[in-house]
Amino acid sequence: MSSHAEHPKFLEHHFVEPEQQAASAKLGMWVFLLTEILLFGGLFVVYAVYRAWNPDIFHNAHVHLDVMLGAINTVVLITSSLTMALAIRSMQLGRQSETITNLVITLLLAGTFLVIKYFEYSHKIHLGQLPGKFYTFEGIEGTNPHIFFGVYFMMTGLHGIHVLAGMATIIWVLRRTIRGDFSAAYYTPIEMTGLYWHLVDLIWIFLFPLFYLVG
Amino acid sequence: MSDSPAVHYLNEQKGWKSWLLTLDHKRIGILYLYSIMAAFLLGGVFAVLIRLELLHPGQQYMEADTYNQFFTLHGAIMIFLFIIPSIPAALGNFVLPLMIGAKDVAFPRLNLLSWYIYIVGALVALYSIFAGAVDTGWTFYTPYSTESATTVVPMTLAVFILGFSSIFTGVNFIATIHKLRTPGMTWFKMPLFVWGLYATAIIQVLATPVIGITTLLLILERTMLIGIFDPAMGGDPVLFQHFFWFYSHPAVYIMILPGMGIISELISTFSHKKIFGYKAIAYSSLGIAFVSFLVWGHHMFVAGQSELAAVIFSFLTFFVGIPSGIKVFNWVATMYKGSITLQTPMWYALSFLFLFTIGGLTGIFLGTLSVDVHLHDTYFVVAHFHYVMMGGTVMAFLGGLHYWWPKMWGRMYNEKWAKISVALIFIGFNITFFSQFIMGSQGMPRRYYNYLDQYQPLHAFSTYGSWILGLGFIVMAVYLIHSLFKGKQAPKNPWESLTMEWVTNSPPIHHNFEETPKLTHEPYDYDKVLAEKN
Repeated sequence: MSSHAEHPKFLEHHFVEPEQQAASAKLGMWVFLLTEILLFGGLFVVYAVYRAWNPDIFHNAHVHLDVMLGAINTVVLITSSLTMALAIRSMQLGRQSETITNLVITLLLAGTFLVIKYFEYSHKIHLGQLPGKFYTFEGIEGTNPHIFFGVYFMMTGLHGIHVLAGMATIIWVLRRTIRGDFSAAYYTPIEMTGLYWHLVDLIWIFLFPLFYLVG
Repeated sequence: MSDSPAVHYLNEQKGWKSWLLTLDHKRIGILYLYSIMAAFLLGGVFAVLIRLELLHPGQQYMEADTYNQFFTLHGAIMIFLFIIPSIPAALGNFVLPLMIGAKDVAFPRLNLLSWYIYIVGALVALYSIFAGAVDTGWTFYTPYSTESATTVVPMTLAVFILGFSSIFTGVNFIATIHKLRTPGMTWFKMPLFVWGLYATAIIQVLATPVIGITTLLLILERTMLIGIFDPAMGGDPVLFQHFFWFYSHPAVYIMILPGMGIISELISTFSHKKIFGYKAIAYSSLGIAFVSFLVWGHHMFVAGQSELAAVIFSFLTFFVGIPSGIKVFNWVATMYKGSITLQTPMWYALSFLFLFTIGGLTGIFLGTLSVDVHLHDTYFVVAHFHYVMMGGTVMAFLGGLHYWWPKMWGRMYNEKWAKISVALIFIGFNITFFSQFIMGSQGMPRRYYNYLDQYQPLHAFSTYGSWILGLGFIVMAVYLIHSLFKGKQAPKNPWESLTMEWVTNSPPIHHNFEETPKLTHEPYDYDKVLAEKN
């Protein structure tokens, strides 16, 4: 790059060139995703410890989860990851309306995931399959079956919050796409949102077998 | 004066809005500096009050419950609001981009956000103090923390929020160090403070999420009664300790590593000599960061973990001594045959060497299984971590503060009063805490409100020391504030340092450098530069 290179509008003052800005954003995002993995890592440790101590409870309790709904949600999220990736691809090619379509589909799929989760949750709340002291269900053998639901609600709950945060971020880049902020030369925020969204998807891919398919 | 430009980052924009909405890393550093100093004052007041109560056995000035709250607040405030953000977020924010010849950190908005998150966390912590302060100790151990009637939830929520502030600073610094170094500055031409900040940022990023999830679990345990730490419900209270220390042990290296980075700068600068063993010091920072994740179990030798685990943790703990020792020996070797000038920052560096070595070696005592069984939960532990945290990190922080003070404000402080202050702090510190080593080895338990008469002379000695220490800080506050208004104009480079922040003006302009600075020599090429000069 020559020293008289143009200074595009999206380039912040403290970066020398767009490549540096994009590379910084990417590195920062990957490091942030690492912190997310460690945040969930704590809960995966909780899962491992309590499952090792109570294998029978995990087995007896997991049959009360609806594998069908969990499987549908898995497909929904994986599809949303695909449309997210397609949104980035579209913007790389400078196709704004295609990007918007893909982002909207991603958003709708995320919403579908949460709606299905809502039905699952309300069914469990209705039956009293709840964490700790709130547990009132009487159909599971073994001591302390509430532990399974405690871990289940903590992990899927935290994941659900991340889905919400992802949706908020997608709405933000959607607005900016509609406003025309992005082009084939600059689409970093969409790409970063994509990275985050894939992580949210990936965590669910671990949660689904660990809770629904342990039997 | 040519060294002080008419327009610089402090006066370029005026009004409180220009500060609260600033994206300038230097101003954000100053905002952090004000905040952590306020926290330090608050935590310090609690410390003096605790020592006052312990002057004699029995009740002196406060109830036992109040005393429990005071030592908890002293610990929680000093750890989460002062010492963790102190060097990275305040000094690091200000200095890091200057040292690597950048205009700013990689993500300026994230930087400002991290300060706001810190403020929100601090306000939640203050709320918890006024709504019936926590009395669990800063470690929030279950099962007591799930039963205590005090405001555990707001305080742990504050810790959760403050964690994000720390994570964002870490993410920002990693990206900054990787991507924004000036052309020609390779990894091994970076100043060692930058290496220290880099190792710190790695720990911040890897460890802090775990305290986040831990505090979240504790909050859920209290509000939703999930029973995860409650044995009556199939839970395990020791699991909390594992989680807590998986963060909190690496966290003590979040506290000490940037301090060690400052010491490398100070020792080389004031010895006017190339740092000895640059690479060894740089790698040892990463070595400490790595080992820090493998030693948390040494906090739980008597908490019921398996004997095998205890032996392994004890063994691994000794490894911390190797990179720490490498640093200390390299610093001493740097001073050897250097032309040492004893200005205030160097006094702090020497205090650090002396106090950190005592703190580090007593850490080896505590990491030894059989010795720890005797010393666990005594004043020996209290003295050990104060020698490392205050004698180490705080001394390094103060050294760095005095070193970069002229750069921050464009003013010099009064050297004579600064030396009186550092002498008072050094003497007061040793009187306060060395006595605690002796008490601890004689069996005085930590956190006790009352004690046997036999410990009274040493307790009194320790309390007198805390007054000298407090006086030293009051003197410092007076001359530092005085210097802001009446201090002499500072030159560009009052210490003849070779790192890049001294190339620009004091105080620097908004964009740090008039033009992208060129790297003409390595950060510690004193022999080469001095030879060229003559």
